[in-house]
Amino acid sequence: MRSVLGDRRALAVLLGPALLVYTLVMLVPMGWSLGYTFFKGNVIEGFTFGGFGNFEKLWHDSQAHSALWFTFKYAIAVSIGQVLCGYLLALLYVFVLRKSSAVVRTLVFFPVILPTVAVALMFQKLFAVAPQNGLANAALDGLGLHHGDWFASAGGSFVVLVVMDVWRSMGFYGVLIFAGLVDIPDETLESARLDGATGWRLIRHIVLPLSAPVLLSSVVFSINGTLKVFDSVLALTNGGPGSDTTPLTLYMFRTAFSYGDYGYGSTIASLLTVVCLGVTLVIFRFSRRDLTKG
Amino acid sequence: MHKILRTRRIAVLAAAATSSLLLSACGGGGTVGGGDAKAFSLTINDDNHIVQEELTALSKGTCAAQNKALPLKIQTLPIGNVDQKVQLLAGQNALPVQFAAGGTPQLTKTLDKAGQVLDLEKTLKDLGVWDDLQPAAIKTVENLYGKFNVMPYQFNIEGIWYNKKLFADHHLTTPATYDQLVAAAAKFKGAGITPFAADGKDGWPLTRLVSGYLYRELGPDALQAVADGKARLTDPPYVKAAQAIADLGKAGYFGKGVGSIDYDTATQQFLTGKAAMFYMGSWALGDFNDKTKNTIGADNVGFMSFPTVAGGKGSADQIPANVGLPVAVSAKSYDAKVGDWLSCITKNYGAASLKDQGTVSGFKPHGDTGSLPPLTQTVQDTISKTTTSILWFEALFNTKATETSQTNAAPLVTGSLSAKDFMQKIQTDLDNG
Repeated sequence: MRSVLGDRRALAVLLGPALLVYTLVMLVPMGWSLGYTFFKGNVIEGFTFGGFGNFEKLWHDSQAHSALWFTFKYAIAVSIGQVLCGYLLALLYVFVLRKSSAVVRTLVFFPVILPTVAVALMFQKLFAVAPQNGLANAALDGLGLHHGDWFASAGGSFVVLVVMDVWRSMGFYGVLIFAGLVDIPDETLESARLDGATGWRLIRHIVLPLSAPVLLSSVVFSINGTLKVFDSVLALTNGGPGSDTTPLTLYMFRTAFSYGDYGYGSTIASLLTVVCLGVTLVIFRFSRRDLTKG
Repeated sequence: MHKILRTRRIAVLAAAATSSLLLSACGGGGTVGGGDAKAFSLTINDDNHIVQEELTALSKGTCAAQNKALPLKIQTLPIGNVDQKVQLLAGQNALPVQFAAGGTPQLTKTLDKAGQVLDLEKTLKDLGVWDDLQPAAIKTVENLYGKFNVMPYQFNIEGIWYNKKLFADHHLTTPATYDQLVAAAAKFKGAGITPFAADGKDGWPLTRLVSGYLYRELGPDALQAVADGKARLTDPPYVKAAQAIADLGKAGYFGKGVGSIDYDTATQQFLTGKAAMFYMGSWALGDFNDKTKNTIGADNVGFMSFPTVAGGKGSADQIPANVGLPVAVSAKSYDAKVGDWLSCITKNYGAASLKDQGTVSGFKPHGDTGSLPPLTQTVQDTISKTTTSILWFEALFNTKATETSQTNAAPLVTGSLSAKDFMQKIQTDLDNG
């Protein structure tokens, strides 16, 4: 084995095709997209060199700023919701339901496998006011909490979007974190209990630090997934009302493919890449701290 | 040495195989460029049933021979995806033979500049069927695109359809002025009837009201002046028009949840008597004449032009007209078989559309048109009396401004966006377009 791995030609033969495929489907399009940022135009009319014009436009574009703000707002709200609900579910599975949690886990995981469009249509009906009052509004009305058209305001649409995406994905994070929690040795938990650590103290000083690695993975998964949200927004609100729930991805898609401005669309895509990279680096930097040392 | 050569050969072979696989995958397929169309393909939005159904009927009837030589193949897409698909296919020289000309004439003009759109005036003249087109339709297409390059499968006028019985029950006459229209709306709302059914989800039926007000206030050149840069949408008279429609929404005249109501729901609201008025084009005649959909009865549907505005320069006989969903033909897929189809359609579509769908098209009706429903006859009479036709709000806008206008129409009437901000957003897109 060592002789094979030491042979450069063998390595080239074994890795070459995969590297070539990776280069052609990942690196070349990325480079190509980066190249487009310096051009104006589209595939129908052709391209003209525009220098840093697209970056300057991005700097002054209020729609891009609002899309970036919405992207951050959505990513933070949904990530907190997903990971927190997932963590609470995992605690429920491990410490309350114990071995009988399989059925609950399956039920809570079920929305994860549903198509986003189907879920979005369901939530549209749930929160609708026209042509009929949806179930959520009917329930709120029953409690004396009257609410108007959720989808007519930026705030209402945002709330429905966050509730939908947290509901849809918390089962995934529940199972992911559950896998981390069951790895905590029973002896450790038992000795902590003997030392008097129960309830919140047990979670705060024993469970939370020991599940930190899986929590970190969940946060990285969640933040990167939510920063690139596209399908659920498109299906639920189509970016509206107006452009109030339009994230960067949808703005980029529309700019490139609806408005036929590939150069500026690529510039927005580059911004999104930088944002994802930056946020991930910040999370990893933060995670270097040893949580077990307070 | 032999071993090294063999390794190199394997490496080269692996790289070549991978590259060829990737390149073949990137190459795409189904290109119909060069006039070698395998089917008389049509890409069209899924909410337009009339054109699809009529072309299918022709393919089984009068144009069966053309269909045998080049079978009709229809692909439908949600309305918002048609422009995207057309742009992507145009970039690969893979446009279908016919495609819906999209939400804005600007895209068709761009495709035309790139040599992708067939010059239909020349083609139909060469085919000897040019005289089978309605002159009014030719003029409308030329107004929109600068030349005749789309098939006018529909020819529509727009205005306010109203429930005659509800008007009579509430002792209201047909409003002749905007103030009377608002007064009628107030009376209906007071009686628990939604005054206007409106598709706020798609937005355009609301922005049509803004342009209706603008044309009556400033005259038929109101939006041409914006396109020419002589006026801005942020000028006070333009903002006033948006404010007038925002006020209708503020007063609750579109009912609740207008932003969630789609085309079918709005149509249903009107045709089941839940709404008194409905701003729409005559393409809705198919639904109005359909007894299963229209429970108020076709006899109870009246048509009025957008009323005049006090002190305004426009008049009510200036009616918005359009060619419905115009369909362009790909220049690169044109051949004799496509020509045979276009010829057959131009000769026969007019009468067939009237007979089968009860809708008016831009083709002259020859032969048996059946007995026209009274509503269709009303539309035909109105078209013949119209001397000045006007365009819709977004007709001269670019794609981005069109989308901004339509997606912000519901916020305008629900009060979450001011009239000034609504017009400012569109003007910004026009300035940057």
